[in-house]
Amino acid sequence: MIRRSFLWLLSAASLTAVMCVAARHDSALAQSKPGVLRVAMTAGDIPLTTGQPSQGGEGIRFIGITLYDGLTRWDLSKSDKAAEVIPDLAESWTVNPGDQKIWTFKLRKGVKFHDGSEFNADAVVWNLDKLMNKETPQFDQAQANQAASYSAPIASWRKIDDWTVEITTKRVDAVLPYNLANLFMSSPKRWEDLGRDWSKVAEKPSGTGPWMLESFKPRERAELVRNPDHWDKTRITKSERLILLPMPDPNTRVAALLSGQVDWIEAPPPDAVPRLKQQKMQIVTNLYPHIWPYQLSFLDDSPFKDIRVRKAANLAIDRDGLVKMLGGLAVPAKGMVNETHPWFGKPTFEIKYDPEQAKKLLKEAGYGPEKPAKVKIVISPSGSGQMQPLPMNEFIKENFADVGIDMEFEVLDWEALRTRRRLGAEAPENKGRHGVNNSWGYWDPDIGLIAAAGSFARVPVGFNWGDYKNEKADALALKAKATFDPVEQAKILGELHSVIVDDAMWVWMVHDLNPRAMRPNVKGFVQAQSWFQDLTPVVVE
Amino acid sequence: MFVYALRRILYTIPIAIGVSLVCFALIHLAPGDPLSSVIPEGASAEMIAQIRTAYGFDRPLPVQYLKWLGHVVTGDFGTSIMTRRPVLAEVLPAVLNTLTLASAAVLFGFALGCLFGVISGYVAGTPTDRSVAAFSITGVSIPHYWLGMVLIVIFAVNLNVLPATGMGEGGSGSFGFNWDSLQYLILPALTLSVIPAGIIARAVRGTVAEVRKQDFMQTLYAKGLPGRRVFVHVVKNALPAVLAVMGLQLAQLLGGSILVETVFAWPGTGFLLNNAIFTRDLPMLQGTILVLAMFFVLINLLVDILQTAVDPRIKRA
Repeated sequence: MIRRSFLWLLSAASLTAVMCVAARHDSALAQSKPGVLRVAMTAGDIPLTTGQPSQGGEGIRFIGITLYDGLTRWDLSKSDKAAEVIPDLAESWTVNPGDQKIWTFKLRKGVKFHDGSEFNADAVVWNLDKLMNKETPQFDQAQANQAASYSAPIASWRKIDDWTVEITTKRVDAVLPYNLANLFMSSPKRWEDLGRDWSKVAEKPSGTGPWMLESFKPRERAELVRNPDHWDKTRITKSERLILLPMPDPNTRVAALLSGQVDWIEAPPPDAVPRLKQQKMQIVTNLYPHIWPYQLSFLDDSPFKDIRVRKAANLAIDRDGLVKMLGGLAVPAKGMVNETHPWFGKPTFEIKYDPEQAKKLLKEAGYGPEKPAKVKIVISPSGSGQMQPLPMNEFIKENFADVGIDMEFEVLDWEALRTRRRLGAEAPENKGRHGVNNSWGYWDPDIGLIAAAGSFARVPVGFNWGDYKNEKADALALKAKATFDPVEQAKILGELHSVIVDDAMWVWMVHDLNPRAMRPNVKGFVQAQSWFQDLTPVVVE
Repeated sequence: MFVYALRRILYTIPIAIGVSLVCFALIHLAPGDPLSSVIPEGASAEMIAQIRTAYGFDRPLPVQYLKWLGHVVTGDFGTSIMTRRPVLAEVLPAVLNTLTLASAAVLFGFALGCLFGVISGYVAGTPTDRSVAAFSITGVSIPHYWLGMVLIVIFAVNLNVLPATGMGEGGSGSFGFNWDSLQYLILPALTLSVIPAGIIARAVRGTVAEVRKQDFMQTLYAKGLPGRRVFVHVVKNALPAVLAVMGLQLAQLLGGSILVETVFAWPGTGFLLNNAIFTRDLPMLQGTILVLAMFFVLINLLVDILQTAVDPRIKRA
């Protein structure tokens, strides 16, 4: 009797506790505030704030182009075509006709850093020294690491006058304006004022961008406020405040959005999308320069050395089924770049689901049900741009098995996989591996096509992992690199793309659709076809 | 007692050195390049060598270890590869946040565990005892990650009575002992408390039942002691064994939970470790693991000393 009473008492106490929690619930809990945009990022920490952000594309998206400007920038105002590079802190530029390695940049006048100091040619030279000149006091290894991919083509730089800067590239390189969009200008004055200490600058950075950093707490939040004096009045932010919250777990991001703790989440998982839609959340998607491929080995021990096997692999994949599995948050690939991209060209090899043709090609190559082509691919369980790698790879493994390709995986964590890719197929660590499942971006011609396909761009100098060699591709890659007219360059890149698709250089699966979810009262966002997005027109109503 | 405590403290020195060696070696034995996350795409061999030198990874491992250990004993845990912030400045706030969470979980877990354990021990063999056993096994077996998500879905998403993530509107900096902050603590602490509650309930139940079977209990009842006085004797006799279990659980909770802290975006040591693992931030990993390991060593030491104080027979043994 006593025991029963005790249990009843315990139950009643628990119920009362829950009711108390409910009763004391603050009705203002986790409500949107007009003018304050709260974003849950996939990163686990706030990217570096000193100028060159860490955390890859997400770092540039939320800390790079928000706090800083470059000499050029991506035009992120349109959703119906691939983002292009346009003038930013440089109003215009010219290439020396006598020596095409020499570029002259005319700088924009009247631009101020957040600390009130003036942006001019000295600031540009100081910033390039910061990234590339170890002899200068402002050189910062951490920023140099983040910028190295973009600063690599630059050989030297100098001030011509207060509003003119000359940059010389190592070789003729028409891709330079793309690279400059990711080299950000931080304030020399702020660095001096804070005792030439980059760790202090990290807490109080100063750029020329449309947002200013008000405060940040590592791994928790960064609060950015509007820069009312931004030089480009069309880019004065519509929101007063932008709060960035690191939330690496996708389910946590979804819960935070549904419970009203944030207004915007990056990369919701596909299986959460129906629930988010049901709760009237906006799901915004668009194409962007992303491809989920197998980068192939062309070494002697690789079955993929035979073009018939490469083509068969591309024809074996039911991409529509894969997209369905991903909740529609991807589109089937027809090559490295998407079909609407200006670099798509006119490939003759159509990438589609045709298992019968795949079987035929494999048979011609000497493989069949009794003697399957055995391949080993390095994959990761997660990673930036890797989408849902484990179920996707299992799906493709089944597709391959249906046509006579026996695929084995080596599963490594994301950074270990990147290390393997950086080493190239020939490295002892990659012996017996015939491909690497490393998602790829084609936001600039170099990364997307030239340095991925050129035999002169073997890793680690370029991105040609598998020792791909094609004389036609090499010639077109070098031609594109030396073509300064954007229209003509796009045409050449289209030809290059056609060559590598016809040669089935990689196995291309799908393009991610870059999903993000936001509350119904988030207005003004235009999702550009880019890894980066402009938050200046976005507002919470 | 003093000599015993001193001896135990001295024992911790080789343990600490062993721990530092193991955590250094394990991290360096992991596959992949420790600098892979900071070496830029397309970096030249010269640049890779320059970065390796800048971060001190160009030296032989024993030299790296001794240099690191030398710095650690002077309180310099190095600088994070990813954030360029001092490791200790990152770890200590995270430890405080984990401590906050662990304290709340201890409060829930130990209270529930002791309560259910004592009830169960007193009524051993009855349906109530079996119900408590079921509760304990469920608590021990339930996956943290899953429970955390379920609690979030129920209380944050569906009922919207508690927040889902974080430490409050202003983050950990503005966390205080008021409802605005404490509401953020409830769900993660509850999630974290389930396993220790189950383990402690089992331990307390077993010990209490065992003590109650002993001859002296009959003597106490025969002497006419009231139930509450007998209960005090039961607790006194059960305490040393239960303390050992509690000490281990406390140390485990202070170590943080990668899963629970990641699910609730709680900026503690688990969240820090998770991030360091994914970004391959070796100095951060080494520093965090060493601090957590030292917590384990320290708490074991304290529990040992406390046990000796409660039960002098242990010292003699």
